[in-house]
Amino acid sequence: MIETDFARTDLWFMLRGAGMTLALTFWAVLGGTVMGFVFGVVRAVAPAWINMALGAVLDVFRSIPLLIQFILANSFKSIIGIDMSAFTVACVVLALYTSAYCAEIVRAGVLAVPTTTRRAARSLGLTWWQDLRLIVYPIALRVSLPSWVGLTLGVMKDTSLVLWIGLVELLRASQVVVTRIQEPLLVLMLCGLIYFLMSYPISRFGAYLETRWRDDD
Amino acid sequence: MIEIQDVHKSFGALEVLRGVSMTVTKGEVVSVIGGSGSGKSTLLMCINGLESIQGGRIAVDGVDVHASGTNLNRLRQRIGIVFQQWNAFPHLTVRENVMLAPRKVLGKSVEEADQIASTKLRHVGLGDKLDVYPSKLSGGQQQRMAIARALAMSPDYMLFDEVTSALDPQLVGEVLDTMRILSAEGMTMIVVTHEIAFAREVSHRVAFFKSGRVHEIGPPEQVIGNPREPETVEFLKSVL
Amino acid sequence: MNYTFHWHQAFQALPSMLGGALVTIEIAVLSMVIGTVCGVALALARNAKSRAARSVATVWIEAARNTPALFQIYMIYFGLGSLGIFVDSFPALLIGIAFNNAGYLAETFRGGLRAIPPTQVRAARSLGMSAPQAFRLIVLPQLFRTVFHPMTNQMVWAILMTSLGVVVGLNSDLTGITQELNVRTFRTFEFFVMAAAIYYLITKFVTLSARLLASRLFRY
Repeated sequence: MIETDFARTDLWFMLRGAGMTLALTFWAVLGGTVMGFVFGVVRAVAPAWINMALGAVLDVFRSIPLLIQFILANSFKSIIGIDMSAFTVACVVLALYTSAYCAEIVRAGVLAVPTTTRRAARSLGLTWWQDLRLIVYPIALRVSLPSWVGLTLGVMKDTSLVLWIGLVELLRASQVVVTRIQEPLLVLMLCGLIYFLMSYPISRFGAYLETRWRDDD
Repeated sequence: MIEIQDVHKSFGALEVLRGVSMTVTKGEVVSVIGGSGSGKSTLLMCINGLESIQGGRIAVDGVDVHASGTNLNRLRQRIGIVFQQWNAFPHLTVRENVMLAPRKVLGKSVEEADQIASTKLRHVGLGDKLDVYPSKLSGGQQQRMAIARALAMSPDYMLFDEVTSALDPQLVGEVLDTMRILSAEGMTMIVVTHEIAFAREVSHRVAFFKSGRVHEIGPPEQVIGNPREPETVEFLKSVL
Repeated sequence: MNYTFHWHQAFQALPSMLGGALVTIEIAVLSMVIGTVCGVALALARNAKSRAARSVATVWIEAARNTPALFQIYMIYFGLGSLGIFVDSFPALLIGIAFNNAGYLAETFRGGLRAIPPTQVRAARSLGMSAPQAFRLIVLPQLFRTVFHPMTNQMVWAILMTSLGVVVGLNSDLTGITQELNVRTFRTFEFFVMAAAIYYLITKFVTLSARLLASRLFRY
């Protein structure tokens, strides 16, 4: 057996960190998808000036490092004197960040539905709202899914940055263990394995949905 | 002269060519007709070495196409082939498409290649489309460009693989016209086609392919006008 | 709210922050160059005959795409220390981002290659071109057009990822310098807003230049 100081408590510590990672991912993806959905649909159907203004604002979230977004949010919260846990700050920032990307995905999905298909639906007498719900939504969903899964996995990896505002997620937990037992390679490989085990099922599920939907067509 | 001797070709377990024998002499136009899957296109791709053969021999001017020592790149300079899908190079203009091989394979200078390209393109009726990108051309125009591209190499032989099958009916005529001009100029051609009337009018001989073999071969008056084999009769009845 | 904004301090620090911005761009560009070269090699290795080459490529690509970039930087900065190789923060960041870029770009190149119909190569070979010629003159130009947009995105990603250098102690890039100023003066908000603005301008410049370049290069 390998000689190591790695104890069961260390593993447990790391797994609790993984739990934090998953919690952050969950809230970020939930909030980000809901907001992103709204923004994306608005951008796809709204008049040009709303589209561009909203686009420019969301673009900011994609043009500044996430780390700096965390720092600014944290500092801003102190400045205006709100009492918010670091966890909440992290979730809010990640949700906004996710929504900016999600809006793009949703917008692309909606625009991918051929106008000819929508015209056919309207010609059959469906209202604008029914067309959106029964025709555009299912098609856009199928087009967007792969990108959305990719976004979710991306967010999961981005949670590693919250260590900067004091939260202990998987990567930070691993770093703490490394400081204790001075075996970086072993601990980090385990850390990488846990990340892989968390992301693999999600990407497999996404691939499964894709193939299932493709067979339906 | 192209000599095809008892050629066998399989794709895995599926035997597509089952002993094809045929000789095409210089200046001859031979049309190949037959149903889908009879091996016609595969034969053309075996002639210029794009596909390998499992039995028999194909010789172009005495050079065995499938011998291990044969320089295929050199051989392909002498055989032009035009496919059903014209395969225009989308990132080059029409002129550049035709100039590319003379420059890069034959080593011609830019001026020489340009001269050749303009001449060939005018020959096929695309003289006014030299600096346009293929995406702006119709299917028929792109196919004519593909013919010019192959001609720019001054090949001794031209192979045509159902070159009008993917075209809208009104564009077929312009491509056939180009091929008529070529045959009148004495180009040696093997034309795989569904255009029976064209085959009858332009060919010196017609070969009817069935189940990977040459079922009947002879002058068009015979093979198309007065076929001997019952299968030939049946095929012609189904397409005419 | 009892906080007074001291923007003038941030503006005074602008020259040193711009110096940091230069380092940021330098790291991003280098990581993209290395990442592209490695990415091409990986894409080819994925279809190679050698089992070893295929395995190495798959492990690299999957590791790069399924773990955080910060983790990859940690592996190089801390992990290699276990093996006796001590890497400084600048090279650790550079190699980490390059490793990450290579993984993503390899998939981009693979997809791009798959998108080119094999009939293009068939037509080129029929004209007498050798395989390398066909690849260079016909496949590569078309591939370049397909991967241009994803590569631009990857470049923007690389620029934003350089900010992670501060976590492993880098103090010469834009975030690193901003953090140094922050620690000295505690004007966190002002300094980082300034840094954010500079990042925004850099990424906008990159995307707009790319769009301009694309309209010039890809006129077909």
